[in-house]
Amino acid sequence: MKELTYDAVVIGGGAAGMAAARELDAAGCSCAIVEREERLGGILGQCIHNGFGLIEFNEELTGPEFAERMEERVRGTGVAVYTGATVMEVDAAPEIKSLFCYSASFGVIRLNARAIVLAMGCRERNRGNIRIPGDRPAGVYTAGLAQRLVNIEGFVPGRNVVVIGSGDIGLIMARRMSWIGCKVHAVVEILPYPSGLTRNIVQCLHDFGIPLYLSHLTTRIIGRERVEGVEITPIENGALMHEKSFVIPCDTVLLSVGLVPENELSKDAGVELNPMTNGPVVDSMLMTSVPGVFACGNVLHVHDLVDYVVEEAKRAGANVARWLKGERPQAEARIKAGPNVRYVAPSRADPSRDNKIYLRSLVVKNEASLEIRVNNRVVRTVKKAHIQPSEMLSVDLSRADLATCSGSPDPTVEIALA
Amino acid sequence: MSEELICITCPMGCRLKVDRRDDGTLSVTGNRCARGIKYAEEELLDPKRMVSATAKVSKPGAGLDAVSRVPVRTSVPCRKEAIGDLLADIYALTVDLPVARGQTLIQNWKGSGVDVLATRTLP
Ligand SMILES: Cc1cc2nc3c(=O)[nH]c(=O)nc-3n(C[C@H](O)[C@H](O)[C@H](O)COP(=O)(O)OP(=O)(O)OC[C@H]3O[C@@H](n4cnc5c(N)ncnc54)[C@H](O)[C@@H]3O)c2cc1C
Ligand code: SF4
Repeated sequence: MKELTYDAVVIGGGAAGMAAARELDAAGCSCAIVEREERLGGILGQCIHNGFGLIEFNEELTGPEFAERMEERVRGTGVAVYTGATVMEVDAAPEIKSLFCYSASFGVIRLNARAIVLAMGCRERNRGNIRIPGDRPAGVYTAGLAQRLVNIEGFVPGRNVVVIGSGDIGLIMARRMSWIGCKVHAVVEILPYPSGLTRNIVQCLHDFGIPLYLSHLTTRIIGRERVEGVEITPIENGALMHEKSFVIPCDTVLLSVGLVPENELSKDAGVELNPMTNGPVVDSMLMTSVPGVFACGNVLHVHDLVDYVVEEAKRAGANVARWLKGERPQAEARIKAGPNVRYVAPSRADPSRDNKIYLRSLVVKNEASLEIRVNNRVVRTVKKAHIQPSEMLSVDLSRADLATCSGSPDPTVEIALA
Repeated sequence: MSEELICITCPMGCRLKVDRRDDGTLSVTGNRCARGIKYAEEELLDPKRMVSATAKVSKPGAGLDAVSRVPVRTSVPCRKEAIGDLLADIYALTVDLPVARGQTLIQNWKGSGVDVLATRTLP
């Protein structure tokens, strides 16, 4: 078995993995990326629409352009890139960790490293995860799979489409399917508000006159061999109005019902997960519960903008380099999700530095405010023009905000929205 | 008669009410800032969209990772009512490999000032 040693190995060569690796290289650490696909770029390769890179590159790019620009940065460095190689097993021993990778061209390779960066991205929830009853005909796809089929393989999965769930991928695919000549009959959302961005509702649904049914549940998928329709039932005051159910005929169903961080490897390595994000619990350095194992990007929590993925991953890369040089966070404060906050990531802050915290709201509101509380005392309030669950928020926790942490044995920071 | 629009310039998503005055100009309400007026004017008087799609490549490779499409986009937003015709011309293309990111595949489409560019490099 071929065996190689690096200071750090990054699992996954999407936006997060590339950004973290480049930062590690810049800090003088030897590092490798292991990517299961033949190309770097991850999910970006199939997102051919524009809307990427306004922060990172200051222009509006499509997914493939963003991916190539990132790849060019990595290729210009000393980062070793293994594509077509899947990490099958991680041995997260205290000092030297080992990754066992399988590649069709090399067979099994063993990579040793003092630090590992998890950057495996996320996968889509499917029909089983949301339990839609009915027949099991052909023609049911997750929206991301359909996106890959259409955009990369040039294969059209059907003609008459209903999208279940109003996540951004489903909305983008509603437009894409319309542009290739299919008829999208409806987008059905169980919640009273859409889970995708407003701009996607307008440009992907309104432009094509596609109806959006809010507070409607898909109660059945109909069809023996191939999908023939979906049965939709309105929800009023929390109750299913069965007498108002109706059927929309279609031959294809696209599911856009959420993403889950891909953490099978993390679990095998003993990494503790946060049930609210399905991603690892991380400290202020983005290090997981296993010393020397770090996480960033969609494997940590699902991001809606690649620019934030890159920003977080750069910080992860820089932190790994600091950690490899022996730096450890001191006297961290716990960060808690307060009222109206679904989650915060990371779960700890370092009072001796400035920290960046990402969070998601549980509510839709204009003219909202975000409160930072340290040990139950409000230290700062930030105005937020608009909050909604589908838009990730961020807040900078400065050293000044955390000044009062030093006096207490178990300092707690709470982030609240109102 | 007033028309309703959602401004998508920023995440506030203001609901705009727009009336056409007799002289053809617009009166906009519901906007929280001046950008809402500009958005309504563009949307109602001359709506445009960025278009992204894929085009056929001449000799697709074989195997699981075979690429049979090259992703493309417009260089600038295209007038909304022309999008159907533009897409038909994109789908009629056959692109010879290699193709470089940013390469112009259709120049100044029908004199509109819109170019169609490849968004991915394929060897
Ligand atoms: C469909 C869709 C549309 C989007 N639209 C937008 C948009 O308009 N604008 C925007 O800014 N953002 C958008 N995003 C968000 C953004 O693009 C992603 O959040 C970001 O690209 C994720 O990067 P990542 O590196 O964390 O994950 P990924 O890109 O998923 O990369 C993870 C990589 O890890 C690899 N991997 C996983 N397990 C292993 C293993 N065991 N061994 C080796 N390799 C492994 C995978 O093959 C993959 O390449 C969209 C996301 C999706 C899914
Ligand atoms: S009108 Fe102004 S505040 Fe309202 S959505 Fe448009 S840009 Fe945002």
